Amino acid sequence: MPLVKSGHIVEDRFVRVLDDEPVPDTGSVLVPATRFLADHAEFAHREAPTGVIWPNDRPVAELVPHLDQLALVALVFPTFKDGRAYSQARLLRERHAFRGELRATGDVLRDQFLYLVRSGFDSFEAKKTADAEAFAQVVARYSVFYQPTGDGRLSARRRRLSDAEPGREKSAREVAQ
Amino acid sequence: MYLYDDLDRALLDDRVAEFRDQVARRISGELTEDEFKPLRLMNGVYLQLHAYMLRVCIPYGTLSSPQLRMLAHVARRYDRGYGHFTTRQNIQFNWIKLDELPDAIADLGKVGVHGMQTSGNCVRNITTDQWAGAAPDEIEDPRIFAEILRQHLTMHPEFSFLPRKFKIALTASAHDRAAIRVHDIGLRMHRNGAGETGFEVVVGGGLGRTPYVGKTINPFLHKRDLLSYVEAILRVYNQFGRRDNIYKARIKILVHELGAEAFGKEVEAEWRQIKDGPLALDAATIADIASRFSYPDYARLADDPTELSQARQTDKRFDTWLGNSVANHKQPGYAIVTLSLKPEGAPPGDATADQMDAIADLADKYSFGEIRVGHEQNLVLPHVAQHDLPALWRALDALGVATPNVGLVSDIIACPGLDYCSLANTRSIPVAQELTRRFRDLSLARDLGRLHINISGCINACGHHHVGHIGLLGVEKNGEEYFQVSIGGRADEKAGLGTLLGPAVPYAEVADVVEDIVAAYLELRERPDEIFLHTVERVGVEPFKERVYATR
Repeated sequence: MPLVKSGHIVEDRFVRVLDDEPVPDTGSVLVPATRFLADHAEFAHREAPTGVIWPNDRPVAELVPHLDQLALVALVFPTFKDGRAYSQARLLRERHAFRGELRATGDVLRDQFLYLVRSGFDSFEAKKTADAEAFAQVVARYSVFYQPTGDGRLSARRRRLSDAEPGREKSAREVAQ
Repeated sequence: MYLYDDLDRALLDDRVAEFRDQVARRISGELTEDEFKPLRLMNGVYLQLHAYMLRVCIPYGTLSSPQLRMLAHVARRYDRGYGHFTTRQNIQFNWIKLDELPDAIADLGKVGVHGMQTSGNCVRNITTDQWAGAAPDEIEDPRIFAEILRQHLTMHPEFSFLPRKFKIALTASAHDRAAIRVHDIGLRMHRNGAGETGFEVVVGGGLGRTPYVGKTINPFLHKRDLLSYVEAILRVYNQFGRRDNIYKARIKILVHELGAEAFGKEVEAEWRQIKDGPLALDAATIADIASRFSYPDYARLADDPTELSQARQTDKRFDTWLGNSVANHKQPGYAIVTLSLKPEGAPPGDATADQMDAIADLADKYSFGEIRVGHEQNLVLPHVAQHDLPALWRALDALGVATPNVGLVSDIIACPGLDYCSLANTRSIPVAQELTRRFRDLSLARDLGRLHINISGCINACGHHHVGHIGLLGVEKNGEEYFQVSIGGRADEKAGLGTLLGPAVPYAEVADVVEDIVAAYLELRERPDEIFLHTVERVGVEPFKERVYATR
């Protein structure tokens, strides 16, 4: 499954380690939630980056005490119809200020890309290579967004109000977009 | 009317282009039907029994005359010359070809109309009172807030893959014409003790196979908190709504299983975290959206002009229609006119392309270019000068949309049923048609007074049979079409579910059964002005049951 980051297909530097496999001392690893929670003290001593695969039926609040030691949180779409991880992503980014990599895994198709980006994901395990290749084009398709989310895109409401008051200062994040 | 600006138009254009690409990928085989399905659904495209059906969104039931003309064009160019107005203030076209869909959607987009989010597990059309902005008993125009919600919930990245579909309705009048208590979220605008306007928030209403009247989780929500509170409800639902069983996935089941109080606490806890964030609605935002609505430039007129009283005296048919289909307007000298799409023998809610064009012209001439769609599947010209009523009536009568049966026994709400729908167990439209023939005597209908018949062709309840004064539900028994009959339901501010009368009756007998119920009512009512619903409330269902089953 091709991994898309910063708009490009890249090699995945994280190695998945299952529940019963030994964790290598070096290299980035991605481990299931149960294993991570059971052994989080050990993972905290690893020098190399650690990531966790977090299921979509478990509150992300449980992860909050450990976010500092996580380089990656991978959220799961068992099918593209199951949208729970969008809420988890926004909570991690907007409420719990997680700044590491937030990855969409599972049934990830091109028509979800924009919603995923807007919810705070910044890496994507695309199910189809053609979708991964189309990523940059797909997420640039829309130029207007009605709702403010943590991705910093200026909402239509803010654009209208700042048009009405040209002197109104935009926040740094708004300008960045 | 809400007037699109460049931002609204840009989003719609992008969506039209995206859908064209999705259809192309489906036709080329790059997308499987299973992958295409949620994408087409989010653009209002269903696969029905015979063809693809396109459901077009009419935000809060408000149309401009150019928009209605475009609907007529789509009916004529891509369909079979008619459209079907739905109980959610939308319109459906039943015979669209897949390869022509992108063109039809592009044509609609030219006038700011689309099929976005009219299907799929996302937030659907925000509906409201079809008399909004015109009703005398309204405290504020609910369309301002419907539009604020519409924008916020259009392509919402977090809430486009909910457990199930999600319907929101608002009312700002004491009399609820939007059936808010049978929606996933119902919002009732009212004033608190301090004179501020806000919303009573009702959640978990809905019909379908598990009907519930919604529960109030917040008696008064300040306007500034509308978006954050709705966001909190949706976030709780998105995370905790059931996804293991499609029939238990609506928010009403979550509210029922948790209990309204516990659900309300979850919402409250989530809301506290976001209420002072970017979703808080400041006065400037509300004023900005309000300023994008155009309002009629009313003339200064007096009520009851002489033209009107003269016409009433000289033409009995006009007078009858006036008494039935015309309602008071908040502006002196004006009236709200309902156009019945329920003529004798016709499918409820259908309008031909020619009718739509003609109604658009009449709206330009007599109603400031504005048309509304009501959830009872009728159209409304909301701002008609009273002195124009005689001329308007003659034109409407010639078009066949002036049957004076609004709110009466033959003003039937029905789903498309087995004539179109792949989910249906039974036909609905022919039952409605037969009932309009049985009750063609309009003086009898007037004598019966307000009486709502609702027909659903299956348990999904698109015809809202649970809240019909008389509700008919189509079921299948040994391969035959049968109907369960219930009475006493209502969808207004005192919303309640009807009571089942007894065993289902065969398709061929259902019109007879309705006639029996009506005959029983005529015998049981205490006074001519005791409407059917009140008689049922007073005497219960037993006397009706006896009447229906005594000889069956």
